[in-house]
Amino acid sequence: MVARMMASAFVAEGKFVASFPMYGFERRGAPVVAFTRVDDKPIMEKTQIYFPDCMLVIDPGLMKLPTLFTGLKPGGALVVNSKTPLKSKPNENLKIGGVINATQIAVEEIGRDIPNTCLLGAFAAATGWLELKSVLACLGDYLSGDMLQRNLKSAERGYKEVEVIKW
Amino acid sequence: MKAKTVKPRVMTGNGAAAYAAMLCRPEVVASYPITPQTEVVEQLSAFKADGVLDAEMVEVEGENSAMNIVCAASIAGARVFTATSSYGLVYMYDTLLQTAGFRAPVVMVNVNRETPGIQAVSAGQQDMISTRDSGWIQIIVENDQEIIDQIIMAYRIAEDFNIQLPIMVNYDGYYLSYLAEAVQIPDQTDVDAFLAPLKKQPQRPRLVPGEARGCGTHGMEMGYVEARYKHCMALDRVKNHVDKIDKEFGEYFGRSYGGQIEEYKCADADIVIVASGSAAGTARTVIDSKRAEGLKVGLVKLRLFRPFPEERLAQALKGKKAIGVIDRSVSFGWKTGPMCTEIKSLCSKIGPVPILSYIDGLANLDINIPHIGRVIDEVAVAAKGKPYQEVTWIPMEEER
Repeated sequence: MVARMMASAFVAEGKFVASFPMYGFERRGAPVVAFTRVDDKPIMEKTQIYFPDCMLVIDPGLMKLPTLFTGLKPGGALVVNSKTPLKSKPNENLKIGGVINATQIAVEEIGRDIPNTCLLGAFAAATGWLELKSVLACLGDYLSGDMLQRNLKSAERGYKEVEVIKW
Repeated sequence: MKAKTVKPRVMTGNGAAAYAAMLCRPEVVASYPITPQTEVVEQLSAFKADGVLDAEMVEVEGENSAMNIVCAASIAGARVFTATSSYGLVYMYDTLLQTAGFRAPVVMVNVNRETPGIQAVSAGQQDMISTRDSGWIQIIVENDQEIIDQIIMAYRIAEDFNIQLPIMVNYDGYYLSYLAEAVQIPDQTDVDAFLAPLKKQPQRPRLVPGEARGCGTHGMEMGYVEARYKHCMALDRVKNHVDKIDKEFGEYFGRSYGGQIEEYKCADADIVIVASGSAAGTARTVIDSKRAEGLKVGLVKLRLFRPFPEERLAQALKGKKAIGVIDRSVSFGWKTGPMCTEIKSLCSKIGPVPILSYIDGLANLDINIPHIGRVIDEVAVAAKGKPYQEVTWIPMEEER
């Protein structure tokens, strides 16, 4: 869902997007990888992304995957949901790191561990690729009422509280 | 362009399909949820609950019932819609054939997924291929916008008085069903206007409750043969009609897709790649980069698969030095992929040039840029008269 919201935020800034997840059965909690492309012109390719510019890691448990950073482009960015700061640069190709305890913020603001909107705010701040107002503007396409208000707060806190590291 | 300009909205292929269906104002909808189509049913149910879809939605216990219901409603004169995928498509197989036999103009979305065999919850066109001889019109689209536009066009094709056949609009599961893109949802008044010619044509034959009428041929001898013959003739008329409706759609909405096939940079091409669905989008980018290297290569995007667009294909492929066909399914009993096997049947019209078959993208695997690049390189070598491999299963040759 965060990939889709991100796509909407980029569209709000006049970009073209293509975003999709890849998984088999529809099961909550199963590992999911999602890809988002952004461009100034229409996007024709409909393939998975093998050489990302940025990685958004929602479950910190996945940081232990040996293949996590395979294909990451030099100068790349990482935004991770984690309660502990990064001890060292996790991959030599990284130039930007963003660490946010999105789970805690989500629990505080939304009442459940749904860190997506918080991470989207953190992504905007760490990479500088999106303005906060675009992130906030797109959430109304997906949420309404009290849930929208809570997620707006969660996204805003992600934007303001993310710890950004430049290597 | 006559249509109103609309603000783009981000949605998935499934969401786009549901929106398009709603805009066509179906009177009866019956559909059973199945991965990766589920969101279509969810969204249509939400439209109904919100009061924006004025259709009778029949809750069914399975796809066989879904197809029986929309077929019956269609025979009674209603505009209908359903959506399925894979196991769902094969679970309605008998009634799928019946619907075609009754010439019921059902519009169905089929989200392409592998079929039963070794269990399968993954992308692939095997489900569509397995029903290619069902008598349905089958069309394949490439992106979310084309999903919307083709569903709207589908009603103009299926319900045309001179056609009256069911149509299956196919798009790749996962790669398109879940793909979020910015799309333009046409305004309701524009869709109404585009579908309006259907109201001006003669009333198609239908069953009226309380009025007893025969229906069906009882499956014997000449009645059956004549029905089959007329069915085949109607399918043949679909080809030009698809081109005509696509052109008309383009004039109205400012977007068109080539009709039966789309030729991309084919005119001066020495070699041509044939692909369909989401892979055709990826292929465009590879064609562009190979062209930048000086290779004269083009793409034929196969849109209409049933009826098979043999005249348009022969025209597009004639004079080319070699052809590569990428299939996202297999043809049991043939070495070559199903689309390739059928394109080979055009040899008497296009000449004995090398036609190379590539099997790729089965079971969620990606038909990616290096794969298509390799296809083009190998077809270019074959075009020079050098030896080539007739069939290549790309994933089986990759390093792992």
